[in-house]
Amino acid sequence: MNRGEYKVDKVVDARGSHCPGPLMELIKAIKNTEVGQVVAVYSTDSGSKTDIPLWVKKAGHELIGVYDRGGYTEFIVKKTR
Amino acid sequence: MPKKVVIVGGGTGGTITANVLARKASKEADTILVCNESQHIYQPGYLYRALGEIMDESKIIREERKLLDRRVKLVIDEAVKIDIQNRVVSLMSGKQLEYDYLVISTGSRIVPEEVPGYEASYHFYSLEGARKLHEALERFKEGVIAVGIGGIPYKCPPAPAEFCCLLDYYFTRRGIRDRVEIHYLSPLPRTFPHEAVAEAITEMMERKRIHWHPMFNIESVDPEKKTVNSLEGESLRFDLLVMVPPHKGAEVVERSGIGVDGGWIPVDKHTLQYKDYDEVYAIGDATNLPVSKSGAAAHFEGKIVADRISSEIMGHEPRAAYDGKVICFCDAGFKKAIYMSFNYENPPKKPRFSYMWYLGKQVVNRSYWSLILKGYI
Repeated sequence: MNRGEYKVDKVVDARGSHCPGPLMELIKAIKNTEVGQVVAVYSTDSGSKTDIPLWVKKAGHELIGVYDRGGYTEFIVKKTR
Repeated sequence: MPKKVVIVGGGTGGTITANVLARKASKEADTILVCNESQHIYQPGYLYRALGEIMDESKIIREERKLLDRRVKLVIDEAVKIDIQNRVVSLMSGKQLEYDYLVISTGSRIVPEEVPGYEASYHFYSLEGARKLHEALERFKEGVIAVGIGGIPYKCPPAPAEFCCLLDYYFTRRGIRDRVEIHYLSPLPRTFPHEAVAEAITEMMERKRIHWHPMFNIESVDPEKKTVNSLEGESLRFDLLVMVPPHKGAEVVERSGIGVDGGWIPVDKHTLQYKDYDEVYAIGDATNLPVSKSGAAAHFEGKIVADRISSEIMGHEPRAAYDGKVICFCDAGFKKAIYMSFNYENPPKKPRFSYMWYLGKQVVNRSYWSLILKGYI
């Protein structure tokens, strides 16, 4: 799947997840991904817009983009270490 | 001729599925439940065993046979391979079970050894782990206790925060609370995934003087320096570390090539069917659904699957669909608890700690054997 110039290696559909929530699903996906790979997370949780960028920055990965997809938000994250 | 329904795994979800199916399709289905163990353990009891509130383990253990409808055939054996192409489950004894419908409820397993230095930590995710943690807590006189998470996903996301609150209660009762620092290492920027709930839990933690550290996912432990290190690059010194171990799907799932990312089975979030195999379902911890790995999720999913299979066997269109329902009680000690209920569409509301929900949790604990596992509620 392509998002502009990026090839997405893994899609995590966390729509409707309140517990454990989209960020936990992202952390799980990142742990199971190779460095350099790209993960897309779908979220309907309003808190994700704050907490996903915060965690990605603190964990030292790269937030490639945040896209409003009409009804949900897509976050594209690259594992960098 | 009755249809053969094989359920692999006799935890909460598998037991409920078997009992409901045996009632709904008593003549039309031949319900076979495969369990590794003859005993069934009420897993939320581990936390109370660790804190010494339950010392009589017979309160949380029952014979699986006694929990089942008499029409369910119980097979005590271990499933070693699931062949979904040929609809056969192979068992450790060498027996093979053919099926018309398959329900995989093999749960999760803990793999503490995946965290370097794990041997310096304790946990409450098995009976043996809870016993050892209890002994360590009884010896503990003063210092820093850190409670953190060694891997995602794990069973019951609120459990570590709940454990911190109950540690406050435990040390207060021992009269040494002032000599103990409790640190909660949250994997998230909040104390709980959902904002409204996090607000209530954070307030409670602050009142209880529990220090919480945002975005601290445990990567390793240094047993000599007694430090726990996060994958985000932070470190904390501890005197006693309680680490939720990483979890994985059952070995049979990995061996059978039906799991992804650590052995979790991908299923449709509403029908709970595996890929294009309409006769194969998975429920509970075994799935990769974005809901909490908990008995509550397995409970509701099991009832849906039993409904769908019995409908189809009786010639009806299976219409039951899982809506993501989970309910959850979180005990804060001092006889106060919160209750949450949510599904895919409706997030939890900000909960209130009360004695009423503490009693609610006690009622659930007691009704588990007689009502929940039987599928009556």
